[in-house]
Amino acid sequence: MKYTIGIDLGSTTTKAVVLNEDSVVMGRGITNSRSNYEVACQVAMSEALINTRFSLLRNELKSEGLSEVELDRWVSELERRFRAEQYRSQLTVLTRELNRFAGRMLIGGAALRAAVGRITGLMAAEVEDLYAEGTRRKSDFFRDLAGGRYMKLAETESRGHGVGYDQVVGLFDKSILDVENSAEAAGRFKDHMAAAVCAAGAADGVLGQAVSRVASRELEQIGSVGTGYGRQRLPFPEGQIKSEILCHGLGAHAMFPLTRTVLDIGGQDTKAIQVDDQGIVTSFQMNDRCAAGCGRYLGYIADEMNLGLHELGPVACQSDSPVRINSTCTVFAGAELRERLSLGEKQEDILAGLHRAIILRAMSLIARSGGISNQFTFTGGVAKNPAAVRALRDLLTEHYGDLDINISDDSIYTGALGAALFALRDRRRSAGAPAIH
Amino acid sequence: MSKDQSQVRQKDMIARHFDRLAAAPDTGDKTAYTFVPGNLTELLLSFDLLPVLPEINSLQSAMRGKTAEYIALAEKFGHSEDVCTYVKSDIGMMKSGNIGPTGQRLPDPDVLLLSYTGCFTFLKWFELLREEYHCPVAMLHVPYQPDGRVTPSMRDYVVKQLRDEVIPTLERVSGRAYDEDRLKAHLALAAQAEDDLVWVLQSAKHRPSPIDAYFGAVYYVGPIFSAFRGTQAAVEYYRALRSEIDERIREGKGPVTPDGEMGQERFRVVVEGPPNWTSFRQFWKMFSDEGAVAVASTYTKVGGMYDLGFRHDPSRPLETLAEYCLGCYTNLGLPTRINLLAQYIKEYEADGFLINSVKSCNSFSAGQLHIMREVERISGRPGGFIESDLVDPRYFSAANIKNRLESYFQMLEQKRMGGAA
Repeated sequence: MKYTIGIDLGSTTTKAVVLNEDSVVMGRGITNSRSNYEVACQVAMSEALINTRFSLLRNELKSEGLSEVELDRWVSELERRFRAEQYRSQLTVLTRELNRFAGRMLIGGAALRAAVGRITGLMAAEVEDLYAEGTRRKSDFFRDLAGGRYMKLAETESRGHGVGYDQVVGLFDKSILDVENSAEAAGRFKDHMAAAVCAAGAADGVLGQAVSRVASRELEQIGSVGTGYGRQRLPFPEGQIKSEILCHGLGAHAMFPLTRTVLDIGGQDTKAIQVDDQGIVTSFQMNDRCAAGCGRYLGYIADEMNLGLHELGPVACQSDSPVRINSTCTVFAGAELRERLSLGEKQEDILAGLHRAIILRAMSLIARSGGISNQFTFTGGVAKNPAAVRALRDLLTEHYGDLDINISDDSIYTGALGAALFALRDRRRSAGAPAIH
Repeated sequence: MSKDQSQVRQKDMIARHFDRLAAAPDTGDKTAYTFVPGNLTELLLSFDLLPVLPEINSLQSAMRGKTAEYIALAEKFGHSEDVCTYVKSDIGMMKSGNIGPTGQRLPDPDVLLLSYTGCFTFLKWFELLREEYHCPVAMLHVPYQPDGRVTPSMRDYVVKQLRDEVIPTLERVSGRAYDEDRLKAHLALAAQAEDDLVWVLQSAKHRPSPIDAYFGAVYYVGPIFSAFRGTQAAVEYYRALRSEIDERIREGKGPVTPDGEMGQERFRVVVEGPPNWTSFRQFWKMFSDEGAVAVASTYTKVGGMYDLGFRHDPSRPLETLAEYCLGCYTNLGLPTRINLLAQYIKEYEADGFLINSVKSCNSFSAGQLHIMREVERISGRPGGFIESDLVDPRYFSAANIKNRLESYFQMLEQKRMGGAA
């Protein structure tokens, strides 16, 4: 299969989208950007290609005449088992790294290694349950899944065996970067899939054959475009780097063709973009040098509240009386938050107020970029946050009346999708074929 | 080669001026501190007063990397972070021994000539300097042009102030009587230089443009915006500059940037707002790397709207000075500024326009988003908006500005290709 790939190297996460030659999205991948952009790029690409093979598998099985119900069942089972294998592989790398760092301790290294051994042993034994059918996992990122469990077990260790909690947690903080930055930890489709098929007891049937065909299918990259805040660091030639403003505009147009105004709230910038009926950007505004009110603000607030980033929105949604938060300055908002807590305000009301403060700032950018033309599309990671969406809907209605507000489940991939579309257009143009609109 | 000649000439002119300023306490030369917009250089020269321009000193300090220190010092003396950074840089420089851009000490002012009140901060700035230097202030109240024209009563009001307030003060300070013939002679020289400056700025109508009319042009307007308007040296400088640019046009060359000859001209843009001075070269490079040339700018008109036809007229010496002060770019109402930008886009065949909105300067920045929307509507060309500051390095976020500029230029390219990019 020939494909183009778009990579959106954001300040928080790196996203990749794979398109086939008919502009159909075949795969998506996401990872934490952290500090190593190149590895983040590789991991996101590798994830997107794994995801692509699942799409191919689905197509293969479909051509074998499987019903939609059977398809859903088999593909989701294989994917679940595949992710379990991937988790095991990441856990193996994590264990190795934890031991490596524990081995460097001058005092107490042996006790630490023993603690790490017990923790990772328990975690390895839990993989089957973690990925059992019907189990809800709180995140797709290894860091969140393994981290949450590790911290809990570290508490038990420190109580039961007298090992310092901070030391055990410190080891994780050091090791996790290497796991996230390791392409080895993410593993290879063929190996994990073989294990997944065996585990599903389907190695010899139609499924096994289809998996085997898909695993040996050659994926040929015919174009790539990089975008996002770290785009200059991507291993792409200059001509294949595009501004995220253009990519978000085109991506939003591809998802919702009637889009005219796009709001993207990313990790460290917020963009209001106006596009025409072809997805071409006609005007845009970004926040200035201060990243107040962007996605990172939510990350900071989550840390302050000792919550996971994905938990913020649902908690805030429980509020029916949001407090008024004046500051979108990340630091001052932290101070305001603590003050409100000390005054006895409810956590959900404070969080609802904070979400509203972010959206108010975005509303100002929208106004600066030329207001809103219907339809309106909200993109970026913050579009996954239900409290931000609720605040946005309220404020949009208040200021602009009834609008069609589009939010895709895949909103976080909008920039990468736009980049992949640009890559495909470039490819078509260089091949003499008409560009896609 | 010929390019070097005009640069060398300008550098020499500036060096000689600062030498005279440094020697002033010994020679007895008197100095007047004054501002670029609405400056009355010919009048000062007719009294043998040496001009010192605090705004120029601030931007020069920024280019020499001194303003972080100066601003910090001014803030230590109680000026808030929100005060115009030209002012704080100047205060910091003054508190650090008043060492000017050439490394020589500047003399204390004998008079503060506030000849333009369109910027309210100027008034406060000189109030601060008066506290420090205890010298007289000559103030000219300049009415705003709300509907884009100077009425006879506005002009007469300024002329009356010149006659009744400014000239008597300058006579007292300089110990010389007002000499209208001398003033007329300086005004005649000013008009000559102004003709050549306009020719140079309008050379950007060529393709490729032989000049960058924003970054490059700040050097070109240097002499005429500072102490040299109305001098023979300025006349000669602009004549030489004109012949250099003429040669570039004949050779089909584009602008010269700090990194050498610019490559292919890919985008022609009009720029509104002052440049950032702390990262001036880096800022310019963000344009030149993309093949973007500024073909017209409003900043290069703050010292006079000569391209709209204004010339100093020696036959009406005080009236012409009054009209000059009233015609400052930042003294123009928003509709006038909007039409001017739209006209530039058309005349200079620009692909779009960019606004650099600086934190420090409300005279420029207030209303710029409105300007952007209106210019887009009238010209049909897309506007881009970036934010920085004049001389405070804390307000220049290179990554953010580069991101916006790249996005803007890619947007222009995409529009040009009709969506096929």
